[in-house]
Amino acid sequence: MVTACCQAALEAGLRPGMALTKAQVLVPGLAVNEAAPQADQEGLHRLALWILQRFSPLVAADPPDGIVIDTTGADHLHGGEETMLESLVGRLAMSGVEARAAVADSWGAAHAFARYLARPIFVADPGRGLSLLSPLPLEALRLPPAMAGDLRTLGFRTVGDLQRQPRAPLALRFGPQLARRIDQALGEASEPFDPVRPADQVEARRAFAEPIAAAETIARYIGKLVADLCLALEERGLGARRLDLLVHRVDSRLQAVRVGMALPTRDVWRLTRLLCDKIETIDPGFGIEAMVLVAAIAEPLEMKQAVSSLVEVARPDVSGLVDTLANRIGGRAVYRIAAVASDVPERSVQRIPAMAPDTGTGWPDHWPRPARLLARPEPIETVALLPDHPPASFTWRGVRRRVRRADGPERVFGEWWRRDAELEAVRDYFRVEDDAGERYWVYRAGDGEDPATGSHRWFLHGIFG
Amino acid sequence: MRNASAIASLRAQIARIEGQSRQEGGVLPFGLPVLDAKLPGGGLALGALHEVAGGGPGTVDGAAAALFSAGIAARTEGPVFWICTQPDLFAPSLAQAGLPPDRVIYVEAGDDKTVLACTEEALRHGSLGAVVAEVAALNMTASRRLQLAVEGKRTIGIALRRWRRQADAADFGQPTSAVTRWRVSTLPSAPLPVPGVGRHRWLVELVRARAGESADFELEACDEQGRLALPAELADRPATAGGWGRSAAS
Repeated sequence: MVTACCQAALEAGLRPGMALTKAQVLVPGLAVNEAAPQADQEGLHRLALWILQRFSPLVAADPPDGIVIDTTGADHLHGGEETMLESLVGRLAMSGVEARAAVADSWGAAHAFARYLARPIFVADPGRGLSLLSPLPLEALRLPPAMAGDLRTLGFRTVGDLQRQPRAPLALRFGPQLARRIDQALGEASEPFDPVRPADQVEARRAFAEPIAAAETIARYIGKLVADLCLALEERGLGARRLDLLVHRVDSRLQAVRVGMALPTRDVWRLTRLLCDKIETIDPGFGIEAMVLVAAIAEPLEMKQAVSSLVEVARPDVSGLVDTLANRIGGRAVYRIAAVASDVPERSVQRIPAMAPDTGTGWPDHWPRPARLLARPEPIETVALLPDHPPASFTWRGVRRRVRRADGPERVFGEWWRRDAELEAVRDYFRVEDDAGERYWVYRAGDGEDPATGSHRWFLHGIFG
Repeated sequence: MRNASAIASLRAQIARIEGQSRQEGGVLPFGLPVLDAKLPGGGLALGALHEVAGGGPGTVDGAAAALFSAGIAARTEGPVFWICTQPDLFAPSLAQAGLPPDRVIYVEAGDDKTVLACTEEALRHGSLGAVVAEVAALNMTASRRLQLAVEGKRTIGIALRRWRRQADAADFGQPTSAVTRWRVSTLPSAPLPVPGVGRHRWLVELVRARAGESADFELEACDEQGRLALPAELADRPATAGGWGRSAAS
């Protein structure tokens, strides 16, 4: 029996579920590997742990071929749902895993969209689950194969067909599971899941005799949990890089809060503060019965002697501030800029993490650079002599400016080792000043003589102060 | 003489009313006697909020204002936080104004409200050299919060005002609790004997200074240590006394 086949095999006409002998007849010399469900399971578990560390605190394997991720509160740290899925699918593709991902209001709907819509990534708008689900086949509801077959015999083809039927006769005939699956897909019934947990992680747990709900109470217990966790971390000589607070509610729902740190730390006060900033994202519902604090990523942390010399001045530690800001607005929004050895202005800078070690590099400064660089150069109308004179006047954003003084050209060559199209490309940059003293950075694409080097059109790229 | 001593005693009285923090803050001098003489304490107050905006098209691009702020930040001690909504600042130009890339941490916030919240957090930290916040709207309440956050620290807070449209810049007349308020506009650069653009020049207007007078100066832009300079042909001219003063709402 064929359980799975690659893209090439699909194109040759093989399908999962086919008898192996038939497949071998269709494709002579077929490469056959024994199915290993146990190894598949383990692989899936490992993949879930990998996603747990990088994307979201609540991840579970969904055998045989899926992983379910609760992204509530995790997506903004990755720049939104769409960007997060792109990065997830992209990183999986780099390690040779072909994946499709979908975000929806409920596990059931996301499960259906990921498997029955032919798109690598899909984000369902909140509240549109029903209209998007309706055209999908019955199997999208995670029904046992026999039940789907029976429903098909009765003439139901899509989820929409089922949804339009009265529930009672269906439940009488097929049992409660069918109605439950429909409700779960529409997000009307809850569906708890059991998140994966690495074996050797450091965690602190507290269960409450009476459910708690008030923000102050949650804050107090966060403080106690952090103190416990920091003790455990200290015993092992570790510092936390990422903390997950898992909140178990009385209605068996699980919520998670994740904070990340730029450098490993076990400072109780700082960690408590980072977690308490996020209390407003916790919805206590009818009450919280247990809280678990997990150090999802922990790294060795060694004690360092503080500077005690008279001459050396201690460098102020800003990692606490960086953490606070990064957890509030997203880790990518707090960064430093490092120099890149490139003459093309927009490529001469790159973002590096805020707490990365000092690069000590800079840019060659024999040419002044503008204070503001436009995200993309804007075309301007110019009056200019070719080949190597600056423009005499130019029009930018509807305002005509006469050039009083100019400096240049500074010639920038295309980087042919990056793209073939840049083999002969040239930009000639000029610094120009108009009557009022406004200074701009303009360039001409091409060297002014050879059309192969560029279009000879002019662009404004930056504004000097 | 009697006048001067009366003013000094009045100043001391006002300082007592304003609280302790105003006196112990210290100042960051510009190193230009003409400029420092106009500022109470002989320089830009540390542990205080200052406001900088561009003039003309600079109200939208804020290029000269950004370099002016970078020059101030470069002469402080400690890391610099630059909090903005549009990431169009070109780091090499900051390096040319004396602020090497390793000293600056950028924070890219989604909107003005987040910028202000992040700025307050950064100002409260205390061991930073300067915090520059690029904001459009800054009212009395918001600026008061920032001023309270930075009081008693050695950090300089700079609100770099930058608007979407030039017409919105009328907002700059509204009162805020910033200690000084500057407007930096571009002027034609220093003339050279050969074709080319000389050292950039700015018209730096001190629109408002708490316990000081307003004034304006024609200055040369920041050098690679972040220092401003007086144009050579003006340096030997006697400083104009008064007469250039402008009202805060100009």
